[in-house]
Amino acid sequence: MERLYLAIVLCPLFAALLAGLFGRRIGRAGAHTVTILGVGASFVMSLLVLKSQWFDGAPAYNGAVYTWAVVDGITMDVGFLVDRLTALMMVVVTSVSLMVHIYTIGYMHDDPGYQRFFSYISLFTFAMLTLVMANNFMQLFFGWEAVGVVSYLLIGFWYTRPTAIFANLKAFLVNRVGDFGFLLGIALILKATGSVDYATVFARAPEMSGQTIELWAGSPWSVMTVACILLFVGAMGKSAQMPLHVWLPDSMEGPTPISALIHAATMVTAGVFMVARMSPLFEYSDTALSVVLVIGATTALFTGFLGVVQNDIKRVVAYSTLSQLGYMIAALGASAYAAGVFHLMTHAFFKALLFLAAGSVIIAMHHEQDIRKMGGLRKYLPVTWLTSLVGTLSLIGFPGFAGFFSKDALIEAVGHAERAGATYAWWCLMIGVFVTALYSFRMYFLVFHGPERLDAETRAHIHESPLVITVPLVLLAIPSVIIGWLTIGPVVFGDYFGSAIVVTESHNVLREMAGEFHGPMAYILHAFSAPVPYLALAGAVTAWYLYLRNPGLAESIRLRFRWVYTLLMNKYYFDDFNQQVFARGSVGLGNALWRFGDVMLIDGGLVNGSARLVRWFAQASRQLQSGYLYHYAFAMIIGLAVLVGWLLLGA
Amino acid sequence: MIESMTGLGTLSVLVWLPILGGLLLLALGRSVSAGSGLRVDRILALAISVLTFLLSLPLWTDFDSSTASMQFVERLPWIRTFNVEYFLGVDGFSMPLIILTTFLTPIVVLAGWEVIEMRSAQYFAAFLILEGLMIGVFAALDGLLFYVFWEAMLIPMFIIIGVWGGERRVYATVKFFLYTFLGSVFMLVALIYLYLKSGSYSILDFQALPLTLTEQTLIFLAFLFAFAVKVPMWPVHTWLPDAHVEAPTGGSVILAAVLLKMGGYGFIRFSLPITPDASSELAWLMITLSLVAVVYISLVALVQRDMKKLIAYSSIAHMGFVTLGFFVGWSIIDRTGSTAGVAMGLSGGMIQMISHGFVSGALFLCVGVMYDRLHSRQIDDYGGVVNTMPHFAAFMVLFALANAGLPGTSGFVGEFLVILAVFKAGFWYAFLAATTLILGAAYTLWLVKRVIFGAVANEGVAGLRDASSRELFMLGLVAAGVLALGLWPAPLTDVMAASIDNLVTQITHSKLQAPL
Repeated sequence: MERLYLAIVLCPLFAALLAGLFGRRIGRAGAHTVTILGVGASFVMSLLVLKSQWFDGAPAYNGAVYTWAVVDGITMDVGFLVDRLTALMMVVVTSVSLMVHIYTIGYMHDDPGYQRFFSYISLFTFAMLTLVMANNFMQLFFGWEAVGVVSYLLIGFWYTRPTAIFANLKAFLVNRVGDFGFLLGIALILKATGSVDYATVFARAPEMSGQTIELWAGSPWSVMTVACILLFVGAMGKSAQMPLHVWLPDSMEGPTPISALIHAATMVTAGVFMVARMSPLFEYSDTALSVVLVIGATTALFTGFLGVVQNDIKRVVAYSTLSQLGYMIAALGASAYAAGVFHLMTHAFFKALLFLAAGSVIIAMHHEQDIRKMGGLRKYLPVTWLTSLVGTLSLIGFPGFAGFFSKDALIEAVGHAERAGATYAWWCLMIGVFVTALYSFRMYFLVFHGPERLDAETRAHIHESPLVITVPLVLLAIPSVIIGWLTIGPVVFGDYFGSAIVVTESHNVLREMAGEFHGPMAYILHAFSAPVPYLALAGAVTAWYLYLRNPGLAESIRLRFRWVYTLLMNKYYFDDFNQQVFARGSVGLGNALWRFGDVMLIDGGLVNGSARLVRWFAQASRQLQSGYLYHYAFAMIIGLAVLVGWLLLGA
Repeated sequence: MIESMTGLGTLSVLVWLPILGGLLLLALGRSVSAGSGLRVDRILALAISVLTFLLSLPLWTDFDSSTASMQFVERLPWIRTFNVEYFLGVDGFSMPLIILTTFLTPIVVLAGWEVIEMRSAQYFAAFLILEGLMIGVFAALDGLLFYVFWEAMLIPMFIIIGVWGGERRVYATVKFFLYTFLGSVFMLVALIYLYLKSGSYSILDFQALPLTLTEQTLIFLAFLFAFAVKVPMWPVHTWLPDAHVEAPTGGSVILAAVLLKMGGYGFIRFSLPITPDASSELAWLMITLSLVAVVYISLVALVQRDMKKLIAYSSIAHMGFVTLGFFVGWSIIDRTGSTAGVAMGLSGGMIQMISHGFVSGALFLCVGVMYDRLHSRQIDDYGGVVNTMPHFAAFMVLFALANAGLPGTSGFVGEFLVILAVFKAGFWYAFLAATTLILGAAYTLWLVKRVIFGAVANEGVAGLRDASSRELFMLGLVAAGVLALGLWPAPLTDVMAASIDNLVTQITHSKLQAPL
């Protein structure tokens, strides 16, 4: 099997190298052919892996490909851990990536950077696969940063736009704040267990949980709590949890296909995957899980509010992604890892769909992204309209759709959790259901229904996108509807994950809920006895009333609650705070240290002081040499004198 | 002199071939550089440096990684009165540094290929002579021989900056000279003291010599001054930005890539094994200075407007990881009572030295490529270079990411290992060290944003032509090194392992208890 795993990872890498290094030679068609073949092959092979893991009951594979380095007796390998969690992620990553590759043929059709773009998205697929297939922390960190770099390159893909190159720098730096914590977490794990290999670390988790670390004198902390929180800081960066969420909305500066692939379906879910992968560690720290729970739930609700006031079609979807990531993280915090990963999977499909549909709208509108200038597009873009509706229904958790199963399961799990912060989290998630439906349908109605607000020029040329765009939409719409129905049984309430995810029996909320699970149909019917579907419906109806039926009301609400609106438009002032305090602060501090420390104290005092002294000495020998060389000659003489003197004394 | 009188071998060839080659170039002088015809000087320089590189490869292929003993030893009496020897040899510390030197010198020759118009024969000669002397520093096992190479090495470097440098080259040279000279004087005193005590100049004898704590402390401080200036450590670092700014591209590359390593190598070869107890006593100071370098210098790098200054400050910050890795061991032993992690710090520091040689060298090459076209190092004079120099930009971004410590590049390995080791000494040490993840990315990628990305900023940038095949070739060579070391550092860690284990033994055995 090892060769198969290696092939899965290397196919996209070779394709990326071909398209990147020989792009000009193989041409546009060559570039997209080779990368689609590469990712397609990975996808098919990933399906084989999933089949062997799931249906054939193959045991988890854990093995090294090569030894990266042996230092201080600690072996660091590059290798694969392929179990059912990995297999699921591999299929999600390669399938969405394949759809995005095909879609890109249409979306980037006229772009001069066509080959470069294909090279980047294939490279991303490689990096993401090394991340999810890693069997050790070193490789995890490699994949973690590698996806970050490709994201950096892709957000700045249109490098002549000032906003794009601001956004990509911001994204990288905010992610680095997360990685800062992540790396410290890895270092603590190495310190506590003497290994960076997953299997060894997990096996030593019980002894690790007994250790303490003094962060400051007299206050011992549980090593496990500190390690898990540090790792989670990494997840907060990558999965854009508050307060490290600020980079994700700006990342929309990148071309839409990568917003779907990287900033919705895969890379941003790496944090969710990582915490699930580390469940054998997190299970030992209730404190860390409470932190996860509260941060996830807060993000879920408060970024959802921001989605309501956005007018850029991609930014609405971006805020919705932030909010949904919060849901996943909250599920992890409730020890419902399977539910979190399940939402990750359904979200990957319906959110990729929503982004690609938004991209289809953007092309049709000739790169107009303001939803206030759209309206009534359903008759021009029938496929985009229907698939968008599917994506929206899935997102708000309409009973029967994929998003319904995943969201309902995780909210219920949080409701069952008995951890500190669980009640707060549950309320956030419940209100979030209403907010999700509100902003989702606000966008849907403003884009596809109501009066046409297009300008005449656009209206004259608007038409449905070509097949390379609509086919991926349809292919993504199918799982957005059915994947939940098909898989909730085994994945959430069954034993799909087996030993890949470890949950302590005393807080295994999903196991508790499993007793009441009697198939997907019963689950749908059961849902109506809880408030979730009604909240979603209320949100959708509110959107309909405010934005279609009685648009004047929305405006008057906005005027009445002006301060709320201002707060939301300014995104709770996170960006301003970071800009003023961190960005300006570091530059100011740097300037102060440089001017005062280096230039004034060290150079002004120390160096030039001694320089004057030497110059004074040098006056005597001035006649011997001219020009600057005298300094050197003078010094050599002294050096020689000292040398000879000491030698003579010694002899 | 019972020691076998080994004849001249590989190491001597590596030291003297480039020096003699350089002298030959000087002798030929104008006759090979004048006119517009075939420029024999640069071809000769390239041939000699490539030959030196090829001849240095057996050091790697024939190296026995299982032992910490010196290999390729050559030992002949030199000045019998003072028991000074011509004593060369390499172990897992010096061998990789010699290969680094021989690998980079041909690239430096290529960097000056079309650029140096004035006295080109002398220019190439200076680099060849410098190469031989640098190899001599790494290979010397006799204290006085080491000192001779160490001092002599400065002469070609001064000349390179002083003759082919920028407008303020005199100021820069004087500053460089003052710092390094003052440092060296103290080292000489220490060497002579050690000779008087041991009756030999052999560094190996120095290492075995029992010394009281007071003696050790004084010797440690004397060495510290010499090595700290070279590294350079805060606060004796201010010569470096000026020297870099004024040096020609090749000078900057050698300065950053090899010359700075002399300081780190000195700590490994002299301070740690000769004065282990003093090192232990003063480790707190070294760790503090290293962390100041990482945090303070990174912030200073952030606000530089001159590309070379920015990279120079970045060098100082990165070298902070070298000294941090070397000295954190004692703090680990202090805190945990175990030596687990000491070797990791030492390995991390060593790898950081090699990696920094590639990465900072490459960044200076990149600045040189742009400077050759626009004759400006100011960030403000650039913007949108990727539009006109896409191939060059790809390399620059790669090296920038390596400088920011991206996994998969060499820049990651050393920092990663050092941070892992430092955590064992304390959370807050690691916390401060790890800020490099954020600050290093901030100053490097902000530089990339302002110089490489964006719309074409001005007519100068609009008229840029992309890197020539010569330039792409030299950048490609370094890029290969950066990626190879990042993706598979095992070959490097393997050749160092025995020497590092040996050093750990040396430094954990107090010389105070040793029988006198």
